[in-house]
Amino acid sequence: MRFSGLRLLGEGLTGNRGWRPHWRDPEPKPAYDVIIIGGGGHGLATAYYLAKNHGISNVAVLEKGWLGGGNVGRNTTIVRANYGLPGNSEFYSHSLKLWEGLERDLNFNVMHSQRGIINLFHSDAQRDAFARRGNAMVNQGDDAVLLDRDALRRMLPCLDYEQTRFPIHGGLYHPRGGTARHDAVAWGYARGADRRGVELIQNCEVTGIDISNGRVTGVQTTRGAIRAGKVGIVVAGRSSQVAAMAGLRLPIESHVLQAFVTEGLKPVIDRVITYGMGHFYISQSDKGGLVFGGDLDFHASYAARGNLAMAEHVMEAGMTLMPMIGRARVLRSWGGIMDMSPDGSPIIDKAPVEGLYLNCGWCYGGFKATPGSGWSFAHLVATGQHHGPAARYRLDRFARGDLIDEEGTGSQHNLH
Amino acid sequence: MRLRCPLCGDRDRREFSCMGAADYLDRPGAGAVPEAWDAYLHLRDNPAGRSRELWYHEAGCSAWLLVERDTVSHEVFSVALAGDVTGAGA
Repeated sequence: MRFSGLRLLGEGLTGNRGWRPHWRDPEPKPAYDVIIIGGGGHGLATAYYLAKNHGISNVAVLEKGWLGGGNVGRNTTIVRANYGLPGNSEFYSHSLKLWEGLERDLNFNVMHSQRGIINLFHSDAQRDAFARRGNAMVNQGDDAVLLDRDALRRMLPCLDYEQTRFPIHGGLYHPRGGTARHDAVAWGYARGADRRGVELIQNCEVTGIDISNGRVTGVQTTRGAIRAGKVGIVVAGRSSQVAAMAGLRLPIESHVLQAFVTEGLKPVIDRVITYGMGHFYISQSDKGGLVFGGDLDFHASYAARGNLAMAEHVMEAGMTLMPMIGRARVLRSWGGIMDMSPDGSPIIDKAPVEGLYLNCGWCYGGFKATPGSGWSFAHLVATGQHHGPAARYRLDRFARGDLIDEEGTGSQHNLH
Repeated sequence: MRLRCPLCGDRDRREFSCMGAADYLDRPGAGAVPEAWDAYLHLRDNPAGRSRELWYHEAGCSAWLLVERDTVSHEVFSVALAGDVTGAGA
């Protein structure tokens, strides 16, 4: 089933009765060439690119719940390529380029909106740090504009520029950054993978990983044993538990990250804004809700709900930056479980078990990475070679001291 | 969430900062192999359930605390002075 203007018009005129499910609901087969554990954004993207780029379509995606029911449905939908360090810079640049062609590629509207992201700065030192980051972005071939206070004020009149504690001096503007409809990304990849022969198997929890003579031979699941010569683990939030089934201990700690949305309002914030002096960032969804969030709760958690302390901090920071949002009523809050790595950067690598591959450690940057992660992980699984833009995301970089510590906060999981 | 500091009593979570898993209490000796440092700094059991963590009563008595807690239910089982547990003194 392909979407086209004609099809939409025809269905619209006939009560939308002609639409059919966009993917099959198959029973698991006894064996596949590749098993991807985890039917979230990254797992589905991996399966899609395995089939599309490498012609490997005898693939099963095993999902313990429903497709896209994890972090891909529990984020704040921001897409950007504004990193400064080698390793991250080229990876997110590649991922953003994939976003820019994604809807055409998938024939699916993921509502990718390049409305621009502005990181605010509040001191001379912070301006210098952002100027350096902007130069790194430009050197990578991406876009960055350093805005002074007057230019910023013309773009974002709704901020409190005169606040006494943290006056706003300007912002680093990344015009190609923006947002996308998070669920649609999972659905688009699911549909694309299914059409290329990948089997998406929901309600199928992996309970064991079979290893024989140091090689992966398959997995045990709640729907029986399934054999495969290659198994990819793409289960952010639960990476430690699934990797432990293969006897691995990962450099990961799981933390909850909260986000919030208000009732729908008329258009007021037309870009993504991040506060430089508090844990707060905000955008406005196409439905009109103000979507905002902050930092981790800072203690390890597998509960997909947060604590009041961080909720309060986020609201306070928001009120400091733009007091007018105090009039909006918060509709919902939610939490996602983040794989926090010791340097804040992810892992796309072979596991020390033949045929087993790891994709984890996305901290709270996983959503924007979805296309790039799937692309690079599929390349690794298919060819055994690390894909260029993701080549530094190695599991052993911690032991080697070759960290990619974007925030420069050291080897402590909850500080990134 | 509240923690019962052994010195100060029940206090709000905002008074404390969490450093991470109690692995930080097992610092390798000076002659330890690099793998021991990797495990100490980076590798974690990351349990979904009962955990042992190192907390700091930052806005209170400045004590380092060993907290036993459930990472799924957020229930707190015990809070002890880290120094008492390691024998290093409070």
